[in-house]
Amino acid sequence: MTVVQVQNVEKRFGSFQALNKINLQVNKGEVFGFIGPNGAGKSTTIRVLLGIIQASAGSAKIFGMDVWKEAVQIHHRIAYVPGDIHLWENLTGGEVIDIFLRLRGKVDYKKKEKLIDLFQLDPRKKCGTYSKGNRQKVALIAAFASDAELFILDEPTSGLDPLMEQVFQQCVAEVKKNGKSVLLSSHILSEVEKLCDRVGIIRQGEMIETGTLEELSYLTRTNLKLTTNSAIKDLSEWSGIHELQKENGDYIFQVDTDKLPEIMTKLSSYGIIKIESKPPTLEDLFMRHYEQKG
Amino acid sequence: MRFHSLQKLLAWKWRQSRVSFMIWGVSLVLITVATASAFSGLYQNEQERAAMAQTMENPAMTAMVGPGYGLSNYTNGAMMAHEMLLFTMIAFAVMSILMVSKQTRAEEEDGKLELIRALPVGRLSPLMASFITVSSYNIIIGLLIAFGLVAMNFDGIGIEGSFLYGITLACGGLIFTAITAIFAQLSQTARGTLGYSFTFLLLFYFIRAIGDVSNEALSLSSPLGLLLRVEVFVHNYWWPILITFMVYLILVAVAFLLNNRRDVGAGLIATKPGRKKASGWILSTIGLALRIQRTSIIAWLVAMLLLGLSYGSVFGDLEAFFENNEAMKQMLGSNANYSLTEQFITMLMVILAIFSTIPALITFLKIKGEEKKERLGMLLTGTVSRWNIVGVYYLIGILLSTISQFLAVYGLWISSSFVMEEPIPFINFWKAGMAYLPASWFLLTIALCIFGFLPKWTPIIWGYLVFSFIVVYLGEMLDLPEWLAQLSSYSHIPQLPVEAFDWLPIIVLIGLSLIGTVAGFIGFRKRDVIG
Repeated sequence: MTVVQVQNVEKRFGSFQALNKINLQVNKGEVFGFIGPNGAGKSTTIRVLLGIIQASAGSAKIFGMDVWKEAVQIHHRIAYVPGDIHLWENLTGGEVIDIFLRLRGKVDYKKKEKLIDLFQLDPRKKCGTYSKGNRQKVALIAAFASDAELFILDEPTSGLDPLMEQVFQQCVAEVKKNGKSVLLSSHILSEVEKLCDRVGIIRQGEMIETGTLEELSYLTRTNLKLTTNSAIKDLSEWSGIHELQKENGDYIFQVDTDKLPEIMTKLSSYGIIKIESKPPTLEDLFMRHYEQKG
Repeated sequence: MRFHSLQKLLAWKWRQSRVSFMIWGVSLVLITVATASAFSGLYQNEQERAAMAQTMENPAMTAMVGPGYGLSNYTNGAMMAHEMLLFTMIAFAVMSILMVSKQTRAEEEDGKLELIRALPVGRLSPLMASFITVSSYNIIIGLLIAFGLVAMNFDGIGIEGSFLYGITLACGGLIFTAITAIFAQLSQTARGTLGYSFTFLLLFYFIRAIGDVSNEALSLSSPLGLLLRVEVFVHNYWWPILITFMVYLILVAVAFLLNNRRDVGAGLIATKPGRKKASGWILSTIGLALRIQRTSIIAWLVAMLLLGLSYGSVFGDLEAFFENNEAMKQMLGSNANYSLTEQFITMLMVILAIFSTIPALITFLKIKGEEKKERLGMLLTGTVSRWNIVGVYYLIGILLSTISQFLAVYGLWISSSFVMEEPIPFINFWKAGMAYLPASWFLLTIALCIFGFLPKWTPIIWGYLVFSFIVVYLGEMLDLPEWLAQLSSYSHIPQLPVEAFDWLPIIVLIGLSLIGTVAGFIGFRKRDVIG
């Protein structure tokens, strides 16, 4: 079942095209990773989904309802955490959490207390005295203590320490287990790799890739380290070979994953003594997209 | 669904703003009731009141506080309203501008509105909640003032008049609640919202000043001028209230239309791209401090020049007025060496001096805002020393108070020399105006000391400034005790050209300021910086 359905959404700010025919889909019980460099349009897409800015064209639906026209009904069932949070300086963290929860509906106090413990937040401090990480905890607690069906998280861990990041990952895993959906925009690719079922990559307002990590990996390169009997003189000129380095007679290079079978056949004629391979990481994928085209 | 969760938001707005509401409420009610009670005890007999009425007929007074009315039988109520209504109304306007901008555009700029709007909250609920909150604060404070006046039962201050007085004040606040809400839709920043709203407040004050002296219709086009036409305690006209309230409703509707149309975070006045590189002078501490406040500094300087020009423009009428007014001649005529107009200059000068202290204080106190936003630390962890940074802001404050006062005095001279048959030489204006600088610097130094030792308490300096304004503006009329008046630094300055110049108080004030400067610098060097 589709929870979020975005079709050909465009957003223009004056003459600037911030989003160009964005398509994305988040299914029930799925964690969708949304990645892209700064200024690519991640937050703009999320704001369109939240119904706080209006798309110039295209359709965006959550739970089958229009995100702009039926924003209030949708918001009863979603929770949102932005990356850069400012809270009301003269209210305490505990107060803000309660207000957020009450605005959404009934409050599950047990769940809230549990999360406050888990994130180790002092809810009696005024928000003005919280550090960035602590402000983020306030928003995360308010989100995860709700009974939302969709969590929209826009770089939610940018101020958290590694321990708290783990707590955050537990929380995401927990809501996923309960059949809820998560749209996670993030720069921390290891986090996306760990948590997400599917990934979408946005660059300069356009979705350039969407799919599972396995599906995407064909687009990327495998890292190889190789020792052979006879020297391969023209290796750097083979098609599909990148970033060749020689180190103590070893060849270290990247291979386009779709050219791998062909290259392996060719390589075997040189007599392979030792071979190490590293699987493609999301980071490689990411870097490759941005280095070449960006 | 546009107003979903309005009630919950209202409760929340109240929770956030109740403290500032109470401070504003208590101060406004107390000041009004206190001045009303002072007026009612002051002018016991008809003669005194008649003399007072003649002072108030003076065109410069009209420009400053609005036209006099009911002068043939000048009651305490009329006197009080004439002196207080416009300035109290401006205080209501300032309160509304600050509150609305803080609750609307400032929240939006910080990203707080985004958090709220991601919750099940109607698209127009946040703006509506702010409207209802600030509007009801205005009405509640207005009504409290009305009840206060009724309860005190002063002579010449009737029940209907008391209510009209309170409601007129509230209407002044309501109009600016709506105007600020519109600018919060147009401008993309809270600073812009404040800037545009205060510019309009000033503009309406000037339009009213010029209109009151020369052209009734012009005055009616300013909400401040329109509301003064209630002629409270004498005629008690309600039509200005009706018109104002209707204009308020229209402006509110406009604000909602704009709000409904636009994206969160967007403004309708476009911001243009800035420079790619920093130009050379901005790379110094003083360049940066000036650059980040450039617009507001320029705006203040223009405003001070306009203030001087508009006060100066009444000098022609003033001359004619003094010619034909025997009682005034008697009142002011103790010193034959100076024209009555010149004697009147002394009063204008101190008011201009107090006004020109405002931009100086705002510009200096920017350093506190920078510290709170944790930007000061970025400079201090660079190669900039604490001495350097606080010194730069202090120096800008000193210079700005000097330039502001100079521009106001210059404006006064230019426009007065156009309209007077025998213009007063510039040097007379200059001396009278510049003599007040040590008093302004003294305030700036106190601000520095508070910032150096107790940065949380810097708003105290505004209290001191308002206090100074009250003792200078109302002191003699209210017959305040001498020692109270002496607490204000402005009271110690020789009133040129009428009084002889006296170095002693000037030297004492400058000496105290120097000591304060050193103390403030040391205080800032020793304390922790927040960020």
